[in-house]
Amino acid sequence: MSEKIKYFLERISWVDIMVWLFGLAILVIAVIGVIGSIHNAYYTKEQWMDFVVFGISQGGVYALIALGYTLVYGILFMINFAHGDIFMAGAFTGYFLAAKLNQYGIYNSHPIISLLLIMLLAMVTSVVVALITERVAYRPLRKAPRLVPLITAIGASFTIEYTFRGLYGSGVEAYPDMKIFVGKTSVLGLRILKVHLLVIILSILLMAALYAYVQYTKAGKAMRAVAEDKDVASLMGVDVDRVIVNTFILGAALAGIAGVLYALIFKQVHFFMGFIPGIKAFTAAVVGGIGNVPGAMLGGFILGIFEALGPGLILEGLGIPASYQLKDVIAFTLLVLVLIFRPTGLMGERLSEEKV
Amino acid sequence: MKKRWFILIAVVLLVAVVLAACGKSSYKCEDPYGCVNVAPGQPIKIGAALVLSGPNESLGVDSLGGVEIAVDDFTAANKDWLAKGKHSIQVVKEDSQCSAEGGQTAAQKLAADKSIVGVIGTNCSSAGEPASKILSDAHIPLISPSNTAPSLTAPKTHAECYLRTAHNDKVQGKAVAEFAYKVLGAKTMATIHDGSPYAEQLQQVACDVFKQLGGKCVAQEAINVGDTDMRPVLTKIAASKPDVLYYPIFIQEGALITQQAKEVPGLENTVLMGSDGMISPDFIKAAGKAAEGMYLSGPAAVNNEEFNKKYEAKYGQEPPSAFHLHAYDAATMLLNAIKKVAVVDKDGTIHIPRKALCQALFSTKNFKGLTGTLTCNQYGDCADPKININKIINGKYVPVWPKK
Repeated sequence: MSEKIKYFLERISWVDIMVWLFGLAILVIAVIGVIGSIHNAYYTKEQWMDFVVFGISQGGVYALIALGYTLVYGILFMINFAHGDIFMAGAFTGYFLAAKLNQYGIYNSHPIISLLLIMLLAMVTSVVVALITERVAYRPLRKAPRLVPLITAIGASFTIEYTFRGLYGSGVEAYPDMKIFVGKTSVLGLRILKVHLLVIILSILLMAALYAYVQYTKAGKAMRAVAEDKDVASLMGVDVDRVIVNTFILGAALAGIAGVLYALIFKQVHFFMGFIPGIKAFTAAVVGGIGNVPGAMLGGFILGIFEALGPGLILEGLGIPASYQLKDVIAFTLLVLVLIFRPTGLMGERLSEEKV
Repeated sequence: MKKRWFILIAVVLLVAVVLAACGKSSYKCEDPYGCVNVAPGQPIKIGAALVLSGPNESLGVDSLGGVEIAVDDFTAANKDWLAKGKHSIQVVKEDSQCSAEGGQTAAQKLAADKSIVGVIGTNCSSAGEPASKILSDAHIPLISPSNTAPSLTAPKTHAECYLRTAHNDKVQGKAVAEFAYKVLGAKTMATIHDGSPYAEQLQQVACDVFKQLGGKCVAQEAINVGDTDMRPVLTKIAASKPDVLYYPIFIQEGALITQQAKEVPGLENTVLMGSDGMISPDFIKAAGKAAEGMYLSGPAAVNNEEFNKKYEAKYGQEPPSAFHLHAYDAATMLLNAIKKVAVVDKDGTIHIPRKALCQALFSTKNFKGLTGTLTCNQYGDCADPKININKIINGKYVPVWPKK
């Protein structure tokens, strides 16, 4: 027993202890904030539930984007920083179809068909952009050190953003309202906007479908095999390049749909819209454990809920004025805490030496 | 054979340049900040640091039109003066965006060009703060058509050679508070700003005056530029059920608040108010039907028939925002001051002493502009500030107060 304690003490450095104390201090401050807010009793129960609903719908969009980060990371161990812009590409192109359909009245007379068409176009655009990016910016660098594709990813991100700016201008375009999704409804006693309900249901369905695809199909098995070990997988007859292309297609298709859902909630598209959701979704993927599919979903929802609840629940209890401006602080503090206490993310596995 | 020709031409050119340089110049620059010398045939360059891209582009396009039309009018009215040295006036455009970084970049670019005489800009106060300091350090006057944040012309924080033809938000904030309290009969007000100097100071002035009138400011919240989900902050504001929600921010975030406020329970009876940062067809496009019935404060001087005709003839559209006349006045003020202090040399070279130019601008008195009669005070406020409250009716901005 004493040997074990000794071994444990040897492994722990002062830096670890300081970092843990720092993490603990943040947690204590958060708890004080929560107690303060509950004591204030400023919000009604309905309003708290509203926050949770806002958070879940925003989290659903984050989760769909985060899946793209996590899938690519799981296989290539690179962070595709252009993913946020692939999301923008889908949303922006979808807008033009939506505006045209709206102009001819089809948008509101056949809403479901229009929505499917818009999503299809968004998916196709996102997939094409992602494939071009993969072919031009990532594939030639597959054997290069890991920092190199990271830098080309950032370059690709700017290229996509400013290509769209060049094509469609730098103004904000307003997505038309879809009449059947305007207004509120009530589910399980919760009041919820119809468009939020749509987003939540669609994102959960898509995630379930993706999970099933990865776990139970042959292509999914190949994907997992490549993630495990590229060389061995190719010895077993798996076409690694094809699997990687498949992964990019999947991630981009989800991002395209996420783009349309995002535009339905916020009714605005512009060329820079992918940047912040991209960063947030990346955070969500890391919080959940990057490389892990259910982890990205969990991370997305947790991040969304924290962002919506955090300012009201934690910061206001601490007496901080105008707390909603600090929403991003909550998101990134959550990231710091997760990295301190669970460096591999909430659902991340411990990686073998070789992978790291 | 060819080579010889080249040598001959080169020698001739060299002689010409040397003669031009040391030949006839009789003017000696005695200005402590130096002079801009515009050689015959060269244009007099003025800068325009405006929002030329992004969601608030319409603000910049609007002002740029004002500047260019002012230059046209000045050129037409001063043909003889310009003709002596075959001069023209050139507008150097820089995109100052609607941010501190944008203002800094644009100002540094313009300050680096020693032939720039003066600059019109910026549109957003956030860009104006760094730009006014950088350009004043380079002794280049900056005249803003639409910066309204009080701090820019406050005694302690104003830059040496910064002026504006736009109203100070001390005036606009007061008008908003009075309209809300006296006309709408509101007793409680909530505000949202986006951290920009314009929005933060304007909502503070409005709140302060509203309190003095006897009302109550129940919430002063803030969001970030680029935020999209406003529902949580609106839910917070809904808990205090304000009579008026005032958010003097910009087009993108303003449109999102306008739309989402309709969906948040508890804000059904709250009147929405904004300010001049959102007066643009782009705002109505982005906010759609949700903007109907909303009130926006802004400068009263927006329509001038003669100016609108010129604008439409030149650009094929109506001026898209509220500050084109201010931009016209700013540019005219600058050009008049340049003409006043400039010394025309025998060979037609124009010498413009920098400090004298700045002093001439500050001494502007009873200048009859399109926005009213302009007189500059020692801190750079030149406007004849009149504020209107507009209501959005059928997608148009209709002035409703003060009644004529």
